[in-house]
Amino acid sequence: MTKYSYTEKKDTRSGFGAGLVEAARKNENVVALCADLIGSLKMDAFIKEFPERFTQVGIAEANMMGIAAGMTIGGGIPFTGTFANFSTGRVYDQIRQSIAYSEKNVKICASHAGLTLGEDGATHQILEDIGMMKMLPGMVVINPCDYNQTKAATIAIADYKGPVYLRFGRPVIPVFTPEDQPFEIGKAWMVNEGTDVTIVATGHMVWEAILAGEILAADGIDAEIINIHTIKPLDTAAILHSIAKTRCVVSAEEHNRIGGLGDSISQLIVTNDLVPQEYVSVNDSFGESGQPAELMKKYGLDAGAIVAAVKKVISRKG
Amino acid sequence: MQVQELEKISSQVRRDIVRMVHCCQSGHPGGSLGCADFLVALYFNEMSHDPSFNMNALNEDVFFLSNGHISPVFYSVLARSGYFDPKELSTFRKINSRLQGHPATHEHLPGIRIASGSLGQGLSVAIGAAITKKRNKDPHLVYTLHGDGELQEGQIWEAAMFAPHHKIDNLIMTIDVNGQQIDGPVEKIMSLGNLRAKFEAFGWEVITSEGNDMSAIVKALQLAKQLSGKGKPVCNLMSTQMGYGVDFMMGSHKWHGVAPNNDQLASALAQLPETLGDY
Repeated sequence: MTKYSYTEKKDTRSGFGAGLVEAARKNENVVALCADLIGSLKMDAFIKEFPERFTQVGIAEANMMGIAAGMTIGGGIPFTGTFANFSTGRVYDQIRQSIAYSEKNVKICASHAGLTLGEDGATHQILEDIGMMKMLPGMVVINPCDYNQTKAATIAIADYKGPVYLRFGRPVIPVFTPEDQPFEIGKAWMVNEGTDVTIVATGHMVWEAILAGEILAADGIDAEIINIHTIKPLDTAAILHSIAKTRCVVSAEEHNRIGGLGDSISQLIVTNDLVPQEYVSVNDSFGESGQPAELMKKYGLDAGAIVAAVKKVISRKG
Repeated sequence: MQVQELEKISSQVRRDIVRMVHCCQSGHPGGSLGCADFLVALYFNEMSHDPSFNMNALNEDVFFLSNGHISPVFYSVLARSGYFDPKELSTFRKINSRLQGHPATHEHLPGIRIASGSLGQGLSVAIGAAITKKRNKDPHLVYTLHGDGELQEGQIWEAAMFAPHHKIDNLIMTIDVNGQQIDGPVEKIMSLGNLRAKFEAFGWEVITSEGNDMSAIVKALQLAKQLSGKGKPVCNLMSTQMGYGVDFMMGSHKWHGVAPNNDQLASALAQLPETLGDY
């Protein structure tokens, strides 16, 4: 098992904030909008450096999505910022018609995704956003795993022409990927090569997968761990190559088991190379208030849950 | 352009509308007929625009149709002003056509810059385009058209609040006040109250106009232009009659989304002189 260590913990939303400033320095067409959540989205640095390129929309997310779509006409590259729930479910039709179907170059940047939003509870903890966004034709869906990767993804999507959903979170988590890493949309990142099982993880679950890999290694199980930061388009070649070797797969995501990364993997293997799969995900329920770590444990989204899923899937191998 | 010339174009556009809707036996003739004069004035007299079409609309005026169901009038006016061959109007709402039931960019029809149909979104889009125009130091204007029933959508009021707050003064919003929506009179379905007072309270410059009187439309658009650039967005409350120009379609919501049969088509065309040649 490749050793991963970290010297600090940071929130992925701060990676977005840092990346937004760099993207704006590189490209003068990058502009940003926010629906009354500047501090939560870590947009302060951008606003300080580029005040004339920032638009405060107030608590009006539907309007924000429409304005962002319109801003692209004339060359703007708008980044919208609000919580993941208000970035997707609340404004699905606006995104569908004015952004996705209209093929607009809007970057929908969504913080506080999933259970790890914590104490605010289920009204704010969206667990359906990946599903909603990946169903939209032409929408790129990205869910990076730590501060550095979120920063790199933010910079990369400014250079990509087309609608993007960028999902990140609230809590501080280990920073374990390289600083100033290249970020290629749609290209999976090999965390650890192994032979016994493929673990595909996204977002906050990648670090949990690494912890699980260490536990499994101690039990003599050699796990291949793949970081799927881009859920759509999916790096099908990387996944098929891995399962050809391991013959089983566990998907791990902070999302409802219906419609998330796990279902994308399932669709891929059913149509290409059928191997046993287990899901580590929320089992079709809403969340609740609590501390992030408590919630992840309660809803089966931690390293222990991944270890259990791996043992189960290996037992199902023919 | 002379008012009489514009009226001749309107007559042809109205012929196009009823023929398109008749041909595919679907679509929305009522609102399309009511707004024919306005769109003709806009595209043939008021806007500075380039039919060779560039999505980015740099250094030209730009128009967004928010009530996308009146696509027949939009398509006809675009074709008649040179965006594409009027012959293509015969493909309206048919398989493999660029002329979708509601306007779309997906098939790359020249002149369309945003999909519309799901109501209430066009004002926000127009504001975004207006902001980018200001950033680009492009002095041209952004126009929108909305149905009055469409104002029942909440997003309209989010946008109505935003535009004056951010001094979006390169924006002219026109509302087609025809008093009708699918289920009946607007007043009965969900009354809008005093629209002038509402928009003024939100901080808009409000004008009223008659939308089936070409010289009145031209004057209203010129007034709207004069009022723009002064720190406020402009709202043009334009009264029209749904179905205007075809006697049996006028003054009722019943022709909102119904196609004429062969006899009704003949009757409608008999009332509308062919001025530019049918497609």
